[in-house]
Amino acid sequence: MTSRKQLLLTIAAWLPLSLWAEQSDWQVSGFVSGQAWYFWQEPLDPIQSDSNVSLAVRPEFYKAWNEGRDSINFIPFGRVDQRDSDRTHFDIRELKWQHVGPDWELRVGADVVFWGVAESTHLVDIINQTDVVENIDGEDKLGQPMVNLSLIRDWGTIDFFVLAGFRKRTFPGPAGRPRIHPPVNPDAAVFESDDEEESIDLALRWSHTIGNWDIGLSHFHGTSRDPRFGFDADASGAIFLFPIYEQIDQTGVDAQLTWNSWLWKLEAIRRTGQGESFNAAVGGFEYTLYGLLDSATDLGLVGEYLYDGGPVETRSPFESDVFTGFRFTLNDEQSTEALFGCTLDLNSSSRFCSIEARRRFGAHWVGSAEVRTFSSVPRLDPFFTLRQDDYIQLELAYYF
Amino acid sequence: MRKLLISIAMLSLLPPGGFADTAEEKGLKIAVEADRRDQGWQDSKAALQMILRNRQGDTSERKIRSRTLEVEGDGDKSLIIFDHPADIKNTAFLSYSHATTPDDQWLYLPALKRVKRIASANKSGPFMGSEFAYEDISSPEVDKYGYKWLRDETIDGQEAFVLERIPRYEHSGYTRQEAWLDKEHYRVLKVDYYDRKGALLKTRVASEFKRYLNQYWRAHRMDMENHLTGKSTTLVWSDFELRNGFSERDFDRNSLKRAR
Repeated sequence: MTSRKQLLLTIAAWLPLSLWAEQSDWQVSGFVSGQAWYFWQEPLDPIQSDSNVSLAVRPEFYKAWNEGRDSINFIPFGRVDQRDSDRTHFDIRELKWQHVGPDWELRVGADVVFWGVAESTHLVDIINQTDVVENIDGEDKLGQPMVNLSLIRDWGTIDFFVLAGFRKRTFPGPAGRPRIHPPVNPDAAVFESDDEEESIDLALRWSHTIGNWDIGLSHFHGTSRDPRFGFDADASGAIFLFPIYEQIDQTGVDAQLTWNSWLWKLEAIRRTGQGESFNAAVGGFEYTLYGLLDSATDLGLVGEYLYDGGPVETRSPFESDVFTGFRFTLNDEQSTEALFGCTLDLNSSSRFCSIEARRRFGAHWVGSAEVRTFSSVPRLDPFFTLRQDDYIQLELAYYF
Repeated sequence: MRKLLISIAMLSLLPPGGFADTAEEKGLKIAVEADRRDQGWQDSKAALQMILRNRQGDTSERKIRSRTLEVEGDGDKSLIIFDHPADIKNTAFLSYSHATTPDDQWLYLPALKRVKRIASANKSGPFMGSEFAYEDISSPEVDKYGYKWLRDETIDGQEAFVLERIPRYEHSGYTRQEAWLDKEHYRVLKVDYYDRKGALLKTRVASEFKRYLNQYWRAHRMDMENHLTGKSTTLVWSDFELRNGFSERDFDRNSLKRAR
């Protein structure tokens, strides 16, 4: 409930903030969006519904001075959800001061950092916690408080990160959908480190471009963003899952070779600290056919193989899977694009498919649609409890 | 630059006077002279407005800002920041252009905070849904084309060379181009683009030229008309400035993430 209060506070603060920003040299942008969901299968839990609506707001405030060498970004985010009080949440995605020196950059505050090259999963990307209630694709992230120093040298860029404080993963509440069963209670999380959410984690990354190659090497030491889970029951006897956050070390490598119409990609990690040490990797290609059938449309073909040697419940459902995707980019005035993709588990033949499409209407509106389906999911597959949660989501956003 | 020097060196071996020049040699000389007159500007920045018009005359607008660094011995480096429509605000595009080898290009996607290296084989693709292709807006290096002088012609009261340019780089959408350069300043006033079937596809007309630092001419308006679709795009430049003191650092991948 505190998150709902926070959200109301944000919205209440947002209007005067915007008005004030208009008077000063702050740049204001962002979006307001509405979502509608429809689930066409019987829910596994009768507390769940077959439809849902929700509203979100994500303004961005930016100010630069000292000829652009210093700047502040502030991006609060809030969502109100009709059914799921855990999906009603507020976050500060970014609130950072940045200073740009001649061969170094310093960022202090909450920020979001992305590492990696693959499309179907993001293995090396580890700085931020995933905001799972936003989307099960794992691409929405919670703001991470940090100090990040970048040293820019001829032989590449070195990034040092001190990550001050740990963010727990968000999970849908009992009424939320899609969700795994039984529900996860994020408040019942247990930690290996006594510092729990006050833990200070460290990360280091080197990245460089050499000809057609873009390469990154990284190491992370601290609290795993991916929890394992334990079972428990509440006073009424209802079973729930609780996240277990362990201390890990993860070394990662990511590389992309860009050659004509081909992108060849590889991400690999080795992680220790969650049971036995394990490796995981994703590799593949993206090939683009430009100007399909003499039109302006580009068709991108994506093929990736995923291997994950980690314990079943920690990570991705991608134990030994193949992802195939088709991306249509119309290159039209409305920036219309659509991505069709399926992940096939080679061991169990379970299939997870999705369609994502978007189009701009006029100068400020963007409509988008997302369909996700889970088929032939066997009992031991991590997707098993999502098997009744096929859905279509429609979103309309106003950008300002 | 090295190839350009070789070209110039080869030209100097030719007998003096224009009589001995073949149409190809004369064409190359014109291109080299146009390039020579446009060297030494170091860097530039500008704000651009794009007006996209469809066959029915409906318009939509794009706003971008660009920064360019002149690179000796290679193609220019450029950074483009998207401002409008609002949903692509803060998206940025970094390009290291090369004369005959593929350009290096990165795109910054602010929603994911992701820098993505992209394939540059899409030279003929539309830039932001406009009638300008990527190859139409990339830096005009001499070695990108083979040349042939076609004729002299008066265009809008200005004496001009008409030059045929045949793209040498892979993945061009054109078999050839015809460019009108005025004899006084060697500015490209107009270009006709011929598609892969050899048909006239597009015409670009440059206007509102202004001279900077007493030497460098820049068009402040370009109109591109697509003869096949009836669509057109107008590009209007404002806040144009040369020699801002940009360095390589302003065009690296780190700068892409924080470009504003």
